[in-house]
Order: sequence, then structure tokens, then C-alpha cells
Amino acid sequence: MLIAVVLVLLVVGSILFHFLSPWWLTPIASNWVEVDNTITITFWVTGFVFVAVNLFLAYVCVRYRYRADRKAHYQPESKRLEWGLTWLTAIGVCAMLAPGLLVWGNFVNVPDEAHEIEAVAEQFRWSFRLPGEDETFGKTDVSHMGVENPFGMDPSDPYGADDVLINNGELHLPLHEPVKVLLRSKDVLHNFAVPQMRVKMDMVPGMVTYLWFEPIRIGEFEILCEELCGIAHYAMRGRVVVDEAEDYQTWVDQQVTYEETANLPAANPIVGQALYGLCAACHGPDGQGNQQLGSPKISGQSAWYMQLQINNFKQGIRGTQEGDVFGPQMAAMMATLTDDNSVRNVISHVQDLPDRPAPQTVEGDAERGGWLYTTCAACHGLDAMGIWQQKGPRLAGMSDWYMVSQLQHFKNGLRGYHPLDFGGDQMTQLSIMLTDDRDIRDVVSYINTLAPSE
Amino acid sequence: MVYTPIADSDDPHALHDPQSFISKYVWSQDHKVIAIQYALTALSVGLLALVLSGMMRLQLAFPESFTFINPSNYLQFVTMHGMIMVIYLLTALFLGGFGNYLIPLMCGTRDMVFPYLNMLSYWVYLLSVLILLASFFVPGGATGAGWTLYPPQAIMPGTPGADYGILLMLISLGVFIIAFTMGGLNYVTTVLQARCKGMSMMRMPLTVWGIFTATILGLLAFPALLVSAIMMTLDKTLGTSFFMPAVLSMGADAGYTGGSPILFQHLFWFFGHPEVYIVALPAFGMVSDVLSVHARKAIFGYRMMVWAIVAIGALSFVVWAHHMYVSGMNPYFGFFFATTTLIIAIPTAIKVYNWVLTLWRGNIRFTVPMLFAIGFIFTFTHGGLTGLFLGNVTVDLPLSDTYFVVGHFHMVMGVSPVLVLFAAIYHWFPKVTGRLLNTTMGKWHFWLTFLGTYSIYLPMHYLGFLGVPRRYFANGTSDFMPDSVQTINISITVAALIVAVVQLLFLFNLFWSLKHGEKAGSNPWEAASLEWQTPDTPPKHGNWGAELPVCHRWAYDYSVPGHATDFIPQNEPHNGEDSLEEMSAHPEEDH
Repeated sequence: MLIAVVLVLLVVGSILFHFLSPWWLTPIASNWVEVDNTITITFWVTGFVFVAVNLFLAYVCVRYRYRADRKAHYQPESKRLEWGLTWLTAIGVCAMLAPGLLVWGNFVNVPDEAHEIEAVAEQFRWSFRLPGEDETFGKTDVSHMGVENPFGMDPSDPYGADDVLINNGELHLPLHEPVKVLLRSKDVLHNFAVPQMRVKMDMVPGMVTYLWFEPIRIGEFEILCEELCGIAHYAMRGRVVVDEAEDYQTWVDQQVTYEETANLPAANPIVGQALYGLCAACHGPDGQGNQQLGSPKISGQSAWYMQLQINNFKQGIRGTQEGDVFGPQMAAMMATLTDDNSVRNVISHVQDLPDRPAPQTVEGDAERGGWLYTTCAACHGLDAMGIWQQKGPRLAGMSDWYMVSQLQHFKNGLRGYHPLDFGGDQMTQLSIMLTDDRDIRDVVSYINTLAPSE
Repeated sequence: MVYTPIADSDDPHALHDPQSFISKYVWSQDHKVIAIQYALTALSVGLLALVLSGMMRLQLAFPESFTFINPSNYLQFVTMHGMIMVIYLLTALFLGGFGNYLIPLMCGTRDMVFPYLNMLSYWVYLLSVLILLASFFVPGGATGAGWTLYPPQAIMPGTPGADYGILLMLISLGVFIIAFTMGGLNYVTTVLQARCKGMSMMRMPLTVWGIFTATILGLLAFPALLVSAIMMTLDKTLGTSFFMPAVLSMGADAGYTGGSPILFQHLFWFFGHPEVYIVALPAFGMVSDVLSVHARKAIFGYRMMVWAIVAIGALSFVVWAHHMYVSGMNPYFGFFFATTTLIIAIPTAIKVYNWVLTLWRGNIRFTVPMLFAIGFIFTFTHGGLTGLFLGNVTVDLPLSDTYFVVGHFHMVMGVSPVLVLFAAIYHWFPKVTGRLLNTTMGKWHFWLTFLGTYSIYLPMHYLGFLGVPRRYFANGTSDFMPDSVQTINISITVAALIVAVVQLLFLFNLFWSLKHGEKAGSNPWEAASLEWQTPDTPPKHGNWGAELPVCHRWAYDYSVPGHATDFIPQNEPHNGEDSLEEMSAHPEEDH
């Protein structure tokens, strides 16, 4: 008896939950309204069966509950009833399957007018490529990939020269123009998913997959990786920004082509040395850092990382938050490096500075820190010497007090707050695993044990 | 002299009569002891997997609170929870545990046809469990690649346990498959060759049909997993490129070329989908018998039920790529696999209808096993229906890889089979031990488990509609996720912890009732199938005493009109006729 009441309550409760749930499909931002419609159809069919079967079950539990004076009906089978139900079910199945297959037909057949863009995934970040004016992508290959050529562009392929390379997690798309997204992975499986667009597809190394959609409203939509790709999988975020046509064109014009990135003049450390005078005031003549001035050791840090961070300071992506004491100073200083060549020149000088391990000031439980560092190693490397691909900078032998302060900044929103700082946001999401200052000290003291000897 | 296998022997003491404590309880060749060994091992390792899920839930509810849960070991918990539950608990318990215990008793044999192989099967299974557990203790820990173990990430840095954990996992799976094959050949051969006189295939209880068909599925499906495990081991150790294309790893070319990650997925799911039914079919069979016995009514549509089991088993081999709609495989496969997948809904629906129709016009005793069985009908209906969302390729597009999937497969393949396992344990415990499990504790166990699990998994479906991805250590601050996502995550975690604690009550009941449970007698439920007709309870070595039983009817003669009692045991002869030849395969013609 009780079970019958509960079954009825569960049916009623499930229906109420369905209608009252604050969690439902996000407002759609693409043409795939028909995907939502197939969900609605499926809900009606399955909902009917769910209610009918369970209410009948509840009725049976009441009506045919045990009574000592009753004997069950002996009826091993009923062909009519069984076949009737079979056909009814088959009709329900067809009602769901037919529209599903029709819509899938639309999904696999990309309209001719769709323009192509490429999304590239790797542990644990996104980048994008546009085909340029020739509307043809240049060839790429793993063998060409490196810190200077992260996309693996084939230098001998003329189609690649005008390809637009967006080595950051934000992709702009023009409104109302169907787009075919070619999907490529450099390392493991990933998945390009934008909930508001209702589409997703895995990105598989060694092959190119695709999906298509047409954005139907202006806005910013998060790109999520939805195929487990490793430790920082959950923090692999990007963004689709849907623009009016002219805003989109403005954005495209700001991006660089492969030709522009490949043909930069060689950086000049002599010129850089002159510029470095300004830096030396805080970071020291050898780039060894100065804790009193809040300046970390920079000698021995990777060029790509310094370039990224200098650009962040220059563009207001970092060092603008109130409460960040030294960041705004750095931002003001970097404003004096007016062009990219100056930045590259000064970095090339820093690369020539002697790399001596920074003094160790942080004490903690290195063994426990080593256990925590397993997660960090996914991007910073087991030796903590940094990995360009994951955009994880070198940590070993660098200023330990600075690591502590930056981890706190990530946790306090003083760093990684800007929408274009995808690496910073990733660190913010990762740093939640360090629940208190003790965790931070422990992991930094483990990193200290990895410092290369002089 | 014609060779007679032990299972068919008239002599109950042939071949492997236990001589000492060791041969009786440790190196035992008795199917009942092996069954208990399997069951206890599976339950123990399942308890570990339950604890792992508790850790995951703690993290999801309170993402910034626990230092001992971090992104790395969170993935290890996810992976090991899934793999243990699916393979080392459910598969082992349904087939190694219940299959071993029930097949010989229900088919009227003295034992499995290959008792020695049966014993080996258990010990090799135990070895696979030990190898699996060892992976927690190697450098880098257990693999965190997800239970699907997809390459390339399973064997590449950036994934926990990519050095040693994954190798031990692959080796453990290989060893498990060896164990399963030894057991599985036994079950199939015993069912085909050793049934007692009169036990035609169409008189077998549905439990045997479910286990038998599931075992055949396993024998056909596990080899696909075995070869993929071997190939991945070679990719990892020798640098072959079966599944590995040219990839970058930690900024450098990893040195592979030409392999296909998609190939692994096809092989994995060619095993993985039938695996769902390897777990589900025994559950289907067992729940059918529990419903029939406690409703005092013949299972409705026995023949349709048998054919549904066989049809589902066959179809389960042509639906695998519905796990791969958004994997990047040829998208045109979607048309085929969506069609086959939705077709499989038809025989599955028939089973649900027939379970309900079995209760219809019955005389339902709401015993603890019956409660669990009714709970199963509810959860399985729910889980089956949400499968129609995911199986329909277009609907899968927004839902794949979200919490909808987690909710769906836990309802259909977690909660549902587990409810059947509980029904089965409460139902057959008296046969195994001679005592009934305590009913009061059993009812608390049922209600909290049934309602608790539904409040865990129902909301997950809606998080999936919203788009919350699965396998995330934390959701971060996404614009599309309102704060209420965190609130419901806390509520789910509270429910999960309650459900987990309630299982301790069940364990306590098991041990308490072993000593203090009400004495059951040989047939406490007044059931008709053969296992309740043994001369001794618990059945002694050889099961049947001096004479093997003879089967005269199907297993579902309940409430037969004109009969004094409301059930007729399978070994009770028809009035005035003893001729076996006249017994037909058609149950309704028995009368």
C-alpha cells in the first residue's frame, strides 16, 4: 500500500520537478531550434509512458495487494495484449526517431554558404585559425609544432601565409552567418561544446572533425571541453563572441597572420640591454629579483612567458586591480615599451642574464607539497621547468615568495580576472585545490626542492 | 564407459568431495562456496567504490574545502569508481556470484560441469582485484583516464597514473577476462549440457535465461576489450601506434604516428555496450522470478520474455556506437546506430510491461524482495526512458557528456541492477544460509535506498539539460550556471551520503541475520522453481542428496486453478502422467 502511495507521489513529484526546475536548456543562441524540438517530442512520448506505467503499477499494488482469501489469476500470457503493446511502443519509437534522423541529416550536411574556421585544442586550452583571404587553410603537421610555431604551420605551403592565427581562447563570429567549425587536436581527445549553440563534437588528434551552426544572437558564450583530457580538463575554457558584421571585421583586422608571425626580425639583445636599465631598478641588474620591491627573479624564465605577461600588463589584462600593490607599477613601466620589437629585444637580453637559483624563503612540508604538486605538474612539468604548450611557466629555482603571492592573487581575484586572461583564469580554477596558506607554502616548498643546482 | 560429468552424476560425492576445512571453504570446487567467495569479494571491492563516490560527491558539493581531494586524485576516484562498479562488482556478482549459486540449483545439477575450472575462475578473479587495488599504491597512483580509458590521454602525461596505474589497470582487466572466460564457459556448458531430466530450455526460470544469455554476450564481447587492452599496453610500453596518432606531449613530439584513437573507442564500446546487458540481463531474469514468486502469479508472457532477452542480447552487439555520436567518427553512422538503438527499446519495453502485468491480477505479498523489485520497475522505467533521449542521435547532441548522461546510466545501470541485487539477496539469502534477513532493517534499507537514489539522480538530468559537464572537478564560474547549481549539488551529496550510510545497515543485517535471523525452512517464499526444492537447506555438497530431481513443469505454476496450494514445485509430477516426452515447450499447454 505504502509503495503505491510513494509511486504516485514520485510521479507527481517528478512532473512538478520538471516544471519547477530552475535548471533547463539555456536560451538558445543558434539555428538549432529543431534540436530543442526533438527534445520536446521525446519528453512528451517518454513522459506519457513514465506516467502511464507507474500509475498503473501503483493501481495494481493497491488493487491486488495480498489477501489470504484471494488467489491470483492464472494467465501465463496474452498474445493480443503483448503484441498490442509492442506495436504501440513501436509507434512511439518512430515518433521520436523520425524527427531525430531528419534533424541529424541537417546537422551532418553543412550548407554551402557556411564559412570555415578552425578550432584547435590542446591540454588545456583553445586557439583558433581563420583561412584568410584565399579562404583556404594552409597545411599543418605535428612535426612543425614548436614554441615559435604553435599551430604547426607548414612553412612551404603558400596557402598558409595569410591564415589568421588566434593563439588565445576567444573566438569571434559574425551574426547570422552559418559557420563550419573544423576541429583539430594537437595531443589528446577534446570536445568543442557551447551549450547555448546546442552542438558539440570531439576533437581527435590525427584527424579533422567538424560541426556547424548559425549564431542568431549577439553575446558571449563559454566554450567548454567536454571530453576528459586530463587533470585540468575542467579548467579548459574558451569563449565564442557573436558580433555584428562590422565589429567582427574590426576584430579580424586586429589579429595576426602566419606570415606576420613567421617573418619577425630577430630580437636584438644589445638594444634590449639599453631598455633593460629601467627593469634593473626593481628586478636587479642580473634579473635576480628583489623581494622588498615585489619584483620576482626573471632571469631563466621562458621568453614566451615573459612576452605573454608583458603584453598582459600593457593591455590592462593584468595589474589593474585595486589591492594589487606591485602589479600596477609593472603595468605603468611596461607602457614605456611602445612596440613589440622593444618587448622582444628586452626579453632577449633577459635571456642572456645569468640564471642563479633564487634564495629560498618559504618553509613548509615539502613531502606533502610534492603530493599536491602532482596536479601542477600537468602544466608546469614534473621538473617544474615549464611547458610552452600548456603555457605553464618555469617555477623551479624562481622566487618562492612570488609564487606564494601570485597563488594568493589567483585565489583573491587580483590576477586571472580579465576575460582575455585564459591562463590566469585557469590558475584561478586550479588554485581552489589549495585550500589555505599551509597548502600554498607546502607546494612552494616542494617546488624549492626542484631548483636546479648552480 | 561413458563419461558422466559431475554435474550429471548420480553420485553426489563424485570427484571433489571436500576433505578438510581448506578444501571445503578455501580451495573449494563446490559452486555454492565459489559463489559466496565471488559475492563477498565483489561486495568488498564495491564498498571501496562506494567510498570513492562519496569523495567525488564531497568535492562537488564543497569544491574549495578539502585538501585531500584535488583535480588529480578526483579523476582517479572517478575512474576507479566506475570501473570497479561495472566490472569488479556488478559483472562479478551477477555472474560469478548469482550465476554460480543459481545455475546448478535451478537446472537441477550437482555442480558446474567443470568444478576445477570454476575454482580457478574465482582465484584468478581475486588476482585481478588485487592487481587493480595495487594500482593505488604504485608511483603516480591509479589511472585517472575515466573508466573508458580513452587513448591518447590514458597513456600520456597530464593524466594521473599514465605511467604505472594504466598498465596495472590493463593487466587487471586482462586477468579478469581470463577469470570470466573460465567461469563463463562453465555457465554456458552447464546450462546447455547438464540440466536435469525434464528441464527443457523453455522450462528454465528467467534467471537462468538472463545469466545464460549475459554469459554468451560476455564471451563474445570481452575479447574486444582484451585485444584493446593488449594493444594499448603495447602502445605504452613498446611505442607501437595502434591507437596513437602523431601527437604533441608536453610540448614535444611524442613519437607516435598513424594510430587511431577512434579505433579504440569502437573496440571498447563493442565490448562496453554488451557489458551494459551483461549486467542488465541477469537482473532482468532475477527480478522476473522475484516478482512472480511474491505476486503468487506466473510471470506474464514467459515466451515473450525469453525472446526479449535473446533479442536484446543480439541487438546489443549492433548499437555500440551510440556512445560515440559526438566522438568524431563518421557522422553518417549516427543514422544507423540511432535506429538500432531505438529498436532495442521495443523488447526492453515489453519486459517492463510484462513485469507490471505479472503483478496485475496477482496476490502481491509486499515482502522486502518484492519492494526492491517494484522499486526496480520504477527506476528501470525511468532509466530506460532517458536512454531514448541519448540514443536518439540528435537529442544526444546537447546532452552528451553532461550530467544527463551521469543521471541516466546511474539510474539504468547503477541503481536498477543494484536494487535487483538487493531483491535477490533478500530473496535467496534463506537458501544460502537457512535464515531470513531481518524485515524491519530490510524495509528501512529499501526505503532510504530507493528514495535516496532517486533524489540523487533525478536532479542530475536537469543539470544536464542546463549543460553542466560531467567529469569536472569543479564547475568554476560559468555565466550559464546559476548559483542554484551549487545548492542542488550539496543536496545531491547529502542524499548520496545518506544512501551510502544506509548500506552499512544492510551489511549489519547480513551479519546479524546470519546468527539471529528467523529460521527459514527450505522454501520460505513457497516458490516453485527447483532451487527451493533441495532436500537440505542450505543445500549440501552435491545439492540433491541421493537422487537428481526430475523436472515436470515450468517454474511458474502459481495459483493454478483447481490446485490445493497456490504453487506447484517444478519437480512435482502431473497427476497420473509421468511421461517426459509429452512435456511440451509451451507452458500454457501443460494444462
